[in-house]
Amino acid sequence: MFALLYLPIFYLIFYSFNSGGTMYGFESFTLDWYRELFQNTRLLIIVLNTVVIALLSALISTIIGVLGAMMINKVRSHRAKDSLLSLNNILIVSPDVIIGASFLILFTIAGLKLGFYSVLLSHIAFSIPIVVLMVLPKISEMSPSLLDAARDLGASRWEVMTKVVIPYITPGIFAGFFMALTYSLDDFAVTFFVTGNGFTTLSVEIYSLARRGISLDINALSTIIFLITMVIVVIYYLITNRTKKAPDVEVYK
Amino acid sequence: MENKSTRSLYMVPYIIWIAFFVIAPILLVLYYSFQDLNGDFSLTNYQNFFTPIYLEMTLSSFWYAFLITLVTLLFAYPTAYLLTKLKHKQLWLLLIIVPSWINLLLKAYAFLGIFGTYGMANKLLEAVGIGSRQLLFTDFSFVFVAVYIFIPFMILPIFNSLDKLNPTYLDAANDLGASRWTTFRRIVFPLTIDGVKAGCQITFIPALSLFMLTRLIAGSQVITLGTAIEQQFLVTQDWGMGSTIAVFLIIFMFIVMFATGTKRRRARG
Repeated sequence: MFALLYLPIFYLIFYSFNSGGTMYGFESFTLDWYRELFQNTRLLIIVLNTVVIALLSALISTIIGVLGAMMINKVRSHRAKDSLLSLNNILIVSPDVIIGASFLILFTIAGLKLGFYSVLLSHIAFSIPIVVLMVLPKISEMSPSLLDAARDLGASRWEVMTKVVIPYITPGIFAGFFMALTYSLDDFAVTFFVTGNGFTTLSVEIYSLARRGISLDINALSTIIFLITMVIVVIYYLITNRTKKAPDVEVYK
Repeated sequence: MENKSTRSLYMVPYIIWIAFFVIAPILLVLYYSFQDLNGDFSLTNYQNFFTPIYLEMTLSSFWYAFLITLVTLLFAYPTAYLLTKLKHKQLWLLLIIVPSWINLLLKAYAFLGIFGTYGMANKLLEAVGIGSRQLLFTDFSFVFVAVYIFIPFMILPIFNSLDKLNPTYLDAANDLGASRWTTFRRIVFPLTIDGVKAGCQITFIPALSLFMLTRLIAGSQVITLGTAIEQQFLVTQDWGMGSTIAVFLIIFMFIVMFATGTKRRRARG
């Protein structure tokens, strides 16, 4: 099972060193594809776009998500809380195609030109609920007496927020940020719908390349992506492990 | 006073998000589903949906989603079970999850090579003596790749519920003379059904709406609801019909969620 799960990935990596131009029959070892990759400015710009979108959307959605989690936490009535949570979760359970299609309608009606901003906005939009889900358990497990104590000691609202609440929920915030980051990096379907002519992200580019057939550039690229993903996973693992008992991540898409 | 205004101030971004990106999109899809190609209000899209072409497509979409979910479950359950028995199970679990973090497109692309005419799968078939086959652009490869992609998401919830299972139940069943099969059927499976349901939900809904896998791997062999929506929106530019299919997909989604989620919610509340 493990072998099978990793097989396609290592298959890609293996053939990225093939001097023959196909994924069949290994001829000899070469780094040509990597050289070609790094000379391909168009692709490098796309990589840059993807990273910028991921970082920006993760950052903004983390901020909005934390505020949202605080708001949900403040709601006392059970029914109101439940409906807020259902609204929050709609984008997580919705199929990507529907999110993409409905955002396409939304942006067109709003008169927003499809491109960088439409992609950024949609990535922020679908990352917010996941941040909320990561942060909410941390906020609700925080004991109210902690806040009372801070206030009794004369802390202002702002001080309570920055000195008590934020440090306490930091593990949740980090988990949310990293999840948002991976969601954004991984997304294909939504971006595919809301991206215009001039702007693409890596997933969309790989899709259009792959539809044309095999090109070992993609293999070289995927090797690099695999390594970067590994680094992110390790960082994420270290952070959640060190802070121990961060909310259990149910990774799904 | 000050308290109230600052409180409502920090709520603003989140409420705007809910209004514009959760509620508005759904209403817009609903609104467009009642528009024909000229932008007039009509029910033609709904009429069209109930013609044999779309009904057949819906049915086949369900069939493939069902097949994918079933196969995924059949492989995931034993794997999750074995995982709980391992020594460093958390580490192994992480190893199962890691591939799911690799970009979906790259994994799909890898299978273009593996299932290609001269690819590894065919070489293997030849070595066994079956001979090479057309593998790419068949429904077999579609189901295979889909299962490959969904299996970590199925293993995770099942692992979690198996891991929570109290081992004394098994001892009790054993003491009472239950065979291993009976124990599994009467104790283990019912107690982990919530994990199975969660896994099925996570697999079934996306499987209904896959569109890039069908395009890349299945060629024109398989059309799912997702492919149809993409087709209507981006190729045919018939947003009305696309929205109508989307409305039905949302309805199906709620049915599936209701069928797989009721027990959990009740248990929590």
